Amino acid sequence: MCTTCGCGQGEVRIEGSGQVHPEDHGHDHPVVHDRGHSHTHEHTHADGTVHSHSHAHAHDHDHADTGQDLPALHLGTATHDHPHAEADLQANPLAQGHAHADAPDLHFGLGPAHAHAPGLSQERMVQIERDILGKNDAFAADNRGHFAEHGIFALNLVSSPGSGKTTLLVKTIEMLKDRVRVAVVEGDQQTSTDADRIRATGAPAIQVNTGKGCHLDAHMVGHALERLALPDDSLLMIENVGNLVCPAAFDLGEACKVVILSVTEGEDKPLKYPNMFDAAGLMLLNKVDLLPYVRFDLDRCLDYARRVNPRLQVLQVSATTGEGMGAWLDWLMTGLERARAARRESPAALRRRIAELEAQLAARG
Amino acid sequence: MHEMALAEGILQIVEDAVRDRTVARVKEIHLDIGALAGVEVEALRFCLDVVLSNGVAAGAEVALNVTPGEGWCLACAERVSIAALYDPCPRCGGYQVQATGGTEMRVKELLVE
Repeated sequence: MCTTCGCGQGEVRIEGSGQVHPEDHGHDHPVVHDRGHSHTHEHTHADGTVHSHSHAHAHDHDHADTGQDLPALHLGTATHDHPHAEADLQANPLAQGHAHADAPDLHFGLGPAHAHAPGLSQERMVQIERDILGKNDAFAADNRGHFAEHGIFALNLVSSPGSGKTTLLVKTIEMLKDRVRVAVVEGDQQTSTDADRIRATGAPAIQVNTGKGCHLDAHMVGHALERLALPDDSLLMIENVGNLVCPAAFDLGEACKVVILSVTEGEDKPLKYPNMFDAAGLMLLNKVDLLPYVRFDLDRCLDYARRVNPRLQVLQVSATTGEGMGAWLDWLMTGLERARAARRESPAALRRRIAELEAQLAARG
Repeated sequence: MHEMALAEGILQIVEDAVRDRTVARVKEIHLDIGALAGVEVEALRFCLDVVLSNGVAAGAEVALNVTPGEGWCLACAERVSIAALYDPCPRCGGYQVQATGGTEMRVKELLVE
């Protein structure tokens, strides 16, 4: 388990599944990877020494299609020197395999066979160029595709614990439920208390317990979606684990991250947790009914939030008194309309429409 | 932030990469971590030590290249360098700066044998 934030894997429980989900079971989402890109290989010499070395330089390698092992064949005999200043970065697209006297990294031509051949146990550089969160992003893209196809407006609600997310959700659902189908994915480390509160409103909710984890990831949300079986044109609210740090980096496929900050917290939170406020598209400033009773500099808070993210929209609300909720509901309805319009114009919808028109033509013919 | 999850993601990428190759062990792992990515580099190193301790990349050296933060200043309409998301534009002093670079987290390459 992480000593920084307590996150880790395992113990993920999705309500109704009755089983623990290891992170890497049976799905294979190939990350699209541009194989034909040029590799600019740069590395720093950790020892920082200035040194020179010689190596042959007629590189003949072909890695346009594989992006894998890069046998750099050293055919010529030219000699040159590379002075390396301290912390100097060497950017040499062809330097896949040259030897350094003091840093014995890689030289295919210096191995026992004096030539590189696949299968021989020699050091070699393998180009990877993969995003560390690429796997999550692939799952997120699947979720996003699902939302687009079904006109679902999905939001990822993030905040610190105790900002009033669940109360805000309950209130929002009560105000919207006659107009919109709303469903909720609840993320917490443990308990299904929050999902129970949502279900009391009549809206379907799935609790995801992250176990040791400090955030929801797109894979967990994908499983929750299978269980929710959302109808077209729904509103999906994903209430993330209360944490202003980790959820910032994990795309769940949502249309927008909504960060909730309450006036009982410090106004400097946007500066303290800039990644989250940068990742969000909307900030809900909650519990504004308490402003007369707390020391909270509203203008300073808004200034800090916009320093981090100049495009951040802000709405001031109180879930308890209902203040500002109208503007929040309008914002939701606008998003829903956009998602529905996109569904009507999606390739799948257009194909269905074409099929209908063709059937009509055929019927006339 | 979630350095443990990142470390496990890195291990997975490394394992995927060596699966179809004749690799006895991974000696070096080269990472690009953006200065604005919200990653605590020392915490990531610590977690990698733990996560890599068994398997093909046990004892591998982690070469961590921190890529500089870059933003687009809406007021100046220019690309500027920033060290933090809340930094002002170094040219005009305003805060209309959106991060455009230094947010990536990538496994660049591996040294294997």
